[in-house]
Amino acid sequence: MARLIRTEKEVEGRFEEVWLVVEEDPLTQWPDGPLSVVGRDALRQDALERVRGEARFTADIQLPGMLHTAVLRSPHAHARVKKIDLAPALALPGVHAALAPGDAKGLEGEPGYCGAAVAAVAADTFGQARRAVAAIAVEWEVLEAVLDPHEAVRREQFTMPSSTYERGDFAKALESADVVIESTYRTSVVLHNSMETHQSVCEWVGDTLNVYISTQYIWGVRSAVAAELGIPGDKVRVVCEYMGGGFGSKNDPGEYTFVAAELAKRTGRPVRCALTRREENTAAGNRNLTIQKLTVGARSDGTIIALGGEFINGVGWSGWSAMTDGPMQMLYACDNVRTVRHGAKINMPPMKAFRAPGFVEGTFGLECLIDELAVKLELDPLELRRKNYANANDDTPYSSKNLMECYDLARKHWDRRDEVRARSTGTWKHGVGMASQIWFGGGGPPSYAWTRVSSDGRVTVVTAMQDIGTGTRTAMAQIAAEELGVSLDRVTVVLGDSARGPYATLSAGSSTTPSVGPAVRAAAADAKRQIIEIAAQRYDVEEHVLDIKDDVLTSADGNVSTTLEQLLEILENSQILGKGGRGPNPAGMSVLTFGVQVVEVAVDVETGEVRVERVAAAHDVGRIINSLGARSQVEGGIIQGIGHTLFEQRLHDPETGRILTTSLDAYRMPTIADIPEIVCEFVDKPDAHLTNLGSKGLGEPPIVPLAAAVANAIRDATGADVHELPITREEMLRALEAAKKKERRGAPAAV
Amino acid sequence: MPELSLTVNEHRYEVEAPIEMSLAHVLREVVGLTGTKIACNEGHCGACTVQVDGMPTLSCITLAHTVSGEITTIEGLRDHPLIDAFVRADAVQCGFCTPGQVVSAAALVAANPSPTIDDIRHTMAGNICRCGTYPRIEEAILHWRD
Repeated sequence: MARLIRTEKEVEGRFEEVWLVVEEDPLTQWPDGPLSVVGRDALRQDALERVRGEARFTADIQLPGMLHTAVLRSPHAHARVKKIDLAPALALPGVHAALAPGDAKGLEGEPGYCGAAVAAVAADTFGQARRAVAAIAVEWEVLEAVLDPHEAVRREQFTMPSSTYERGDFAKALESADVVIESTYRTSVVLHNSMETHQSVCEWVGDTLNVYISTQYIWGVRSAVAAELGIPGDKVRVVCEYMGGGFGSKNDPGEYTFVAAELAKRTGRPVRCALTRREENTAAGNRNLTIQKLTVGARSDGTIIALGGEFINGVGWSGWSAMTDGPMQMLYACDNVRTVRHGAKINMPPMKAFRAPGFVEGTFGLECLIDELAVKLELDPLELRRKNYANANDDTPYSSKNLMECYDLARKHWDRRDEVRARSTGTWKHGVGMASQIWFGGGGPPSYAWTRVSSDGRVTVVTAMQDIGTGTRTAMAQIAAEELGVSLDRVTVVLGDSARGPYATLSAGSSTTPSVGPAVRAAAADAKRQIIEIAAQRYDVEEHVLDIKDDVLTSADGNVSTTLEQLLEILENSQILGKGGRGPNPAGMSVLTFGVQVVEVAVDVETGEVRVERVAAAHDVGRIINSLGARSQVEGGIIQGIGHTLFEQRLHDPETGRILTTSLDAYRMPTIADIPEIVCEFVDKPDAHLTNLGSKGLGEPPIVPLAAAVANAIRDATGADVHELPITREEMLRALEAAKKKERRGAPAAV
Repeated sequence: MPELSLTVNEHRYEVEAPIEMSLAHVLREVVGLTGTKIACNEGHCGACTVQVDGMPTLSCITLAHTVSGEITTIEGLRDHPLIDAFVRADAVQCGFCTPGQVVSAAALVAANPSPTIDDIRHTMAGNICRCGTYPRIEEAILHWRD
């Protein structure tokens, strides 16, 4: 039966109270550990077409008569369009239509950052559209721009109200602390740089708009486009079968979709609007900069009694202020915590969610601070973390928490410290560091799935979710195969089309598998129940003695044994249909993911070069569905984290706000030459309170602790306290210089 | 529009393309082979890699009219053992860079059938994968003949 509940919904660390219609979730969880299909290595179901270049991405959609769009972007950080003349653009060859500010959502008459969309042209070729955009005559009134986040805070210019959190009495606790450490940490703006840029192809067919889009949320695009255009949702069909990466930046339609839809309407032709790489690095979102002024007070035995932080998120012109303060509030048992978080509104490109937004940045600050405390108290950093282990999220119990098991898994890597340090020779110093991870990732309702079982015993799972490259398509197939007792190669998953499947949640917030997976299992169970009902009638036995395993239906006494094909051949072209929905999250519990990473680095104290040599990761995300895909996710998160930690940094001109690192030459991301040895382990224990699967999400957790673990390894190797990301050679040499000046008892004296 | 004669995957194509059109655009939009991807369109990421006479070439910064050699794209490598090696090693996530990775890797193993890890890292460093499948790409190339 469907139920109506009032519940707290979390996406990317943002909470809201909502009414939800949820399905019952009566299935009991499977037993712990690897099963027949679930919990084992499975090759990606769509690997072949992706590797062979057959997968059709949005970038590959070529419709007859399709036009191409170029967008005029603001050359000023803050300005007003006084006058705009599209006529010179419209007069050029190949041009079909042009849009002025206000003609489509996202085309701004008062752009608030350099690179904001202002006007757009559709032409036969992209080159023609570009030339036409250059011909548009604009008269600008340049307005004052605030680029410095501190200045924005001083003016109380925020994108959303500042957030204050307090439990206990921070100030009083700090007074009674034996040691106090205060440090300021900074993280830079980094860019998603999905390989496929943000883009849409829009086409009107009758009164229906078809939107082919590279997106993490086809249903979010559907509702936002329908609302903007004032048409019913079922008149917007959103398609994204293969998607070239998003990392949080593709959760909404973006101005390119509204522009393409409007131009398609005006021209009667399909229209593509695709960002160039340089536009991508300017206007497609970013992980915002942070400034974190942190304080820890502790007793001499290592008990943390006070944690405080002032966090500034340099959000940009719009966007939300992510939970940079979350790790400080949630990671450790500490009775007295006070945090203040500001989201500075500055005339810079807006942030978009980027793989555990806020927590990546906040964990860097907090976990470096905890390590500095360990050095000061001459305590083992691992023991210090275990000592301050939290057994509840504030007062709320966890649905499950196995961080202690992660620490146990990490022990053997942590014990390599002496061996690693002994490798130091000449100017190269080696060391080991660690950091813990906490993040959301429990998903939630609603999400739905259908199953079709055919007369040949093959299964199709239909759900209008999207696979953004994480391998969720394969995980869903594994879940259906396990429940139905069929081999994995009998299951096909159809997804990525809002008109051809039931609602499924967005692929963000590590929520896809924990949200859609239980619905797929429920839909498979519904089909299995029907198959067993049919078999019971056909063979005149009780339903409860029948089961399906390895594609064969058998009775407990062995009298019935038939393949699914034999049983179901009577169906001919008809099918057995199952449906399933995602049940509610456990009431009154915090659903969180945990982990720890141990990093080994080498630092050249003469040049400031840092090399990450080995990363060992242990994560607790409940039940693992695809052990192979899970390892790939962890590796990918760690490698992206290495980029954030060592070299990725969006730079801008402080005078004009113009982005300088718009090419992949200037914005340096990790290559195959930058990767360390990566060791990856999972606790792999189902969360007994969470859905019929006990699985949480894994997309984001691996990137969370990496930067702090690297910085802490650098401290172990050199005694230097790194306080800024990325750890460029300049920052490394600054930290080494500061360490030289600071006589520190007990710290390794490498320089 | 100027005529252009191209040999792609052992087929001869007689097409028309503007003089300023890149090989990547001609392959994708004129010839209709969309396996070659364009991710940066300025020669920095490797997604557009094709082979010209066996040499890895960035097709997004190569003018189509300047190419006289034999072009091999991912469509011409669909039966190459590397395809299966990439699938087995899980060397693909979103897959947008992957065709370019395979084309580069195919040129590597043609010249050097037993590449070391250092060979792989040196040769493949021009192909960016934002999902971070590098350890698996390395594994796929190391074991491409297994």
